[in-house]
Amino acid sequence: MAEQIIFYVLGAIIAIFSIMAVTSKQIIRSATYLLFVLLGTAGLYLLLGYNYLFAVQIAVYAGGVMVLFIFAILLTNKPGENVKTELPIRRIVAGVSAVAGLAFCGHVIYWNIKKVVALPVIADITPQQLGHTMMGTDKYQYLLPFESISILLLACIVGAIMVARKR
Amino acid sequence: MGDLFTNILSGPVPVEAYLGVSLIMFFAGVYGFLTRRSMLMILVSIELMLNAADINFVSFNRFLYPGQLEGFYFTLFTIAIAACETAVAIAIIINIYRNLTSVEVGTLDQMKE
Repeated sequence: MAEQIIFYVLGAIIAIFSIMAVTSKQIIRSATYLLFVLLGTAGLYLLLGYNYLFAVQIAVYAGGVMVLFIFAILLTNKPGENVKTELPIRRIVAGVSAVAGLAFCGHVIYWNIKKVVALPVIADITPQQLGHTMMGTDKYQYLLPFESISILLLACIVGAIMVARKR
Repeated sequence: MGDLFTNILSGPVPVEAYLGVSLIMFFAGVYGFLTRRSMLMILVSIELMLNAADINFVSFNRFLYPGQLEGFYFTLFTIAIAACETAVAIAIIINIYRNLTSVEVGTLDQMKE
């Protein structure tokens, strides 16, 4: 009972704030709505039993990415200025295509995944299990993607400094 | 109507409820991507779409293959890649603002300095 109520509250928060984030007139407000959406997503991860993913989502998205966003907004926008949007005809076309895609995918989900799948009970994922899965080289273990991500992060640091430095 | 509420609140949360939430998030991102002119807002829309994909990975992993961790790790790596992408994109946007004093996509037809 409690789990259902929490899920539907989180789902309503995510749906409402994600729509408000793309329709808000002021850019700083829509960044704040994006923060609420990311926190709601973290709540969904916690509800599904993935505590580590919850912590990563809070730390990386709600912490790091949002700070970047807010710095960039404050550096590039005059305060109180409204966001410009596309022409009304383009907004109508975009809205129609988004609603059409929503209806199509919703139809597919509703008719094809309609069987009730109960939430299977799993044991808590221990940090040992996570570490062995992340650092092993066997099947279903992920050392190679982990190292690729670290190279990618290094390349991103170098690239961001190169792009944004003062000449 | 009362039956519907008791059914919703007493039964387990089905997988299509999670998929529905991520669906709304994804198409809100699509709408924002198509209508906004500021590059930062386009980046916000991209974050929404990536986040919706993450919810799908996690919920399929949890409901269909609860003993394995593929979707879990895919989401973990997607979050890392999204953070990288955001950092580089914001560096590029700040550089564009420095050169053109505007971050609107309409002003980007002159890419030379």
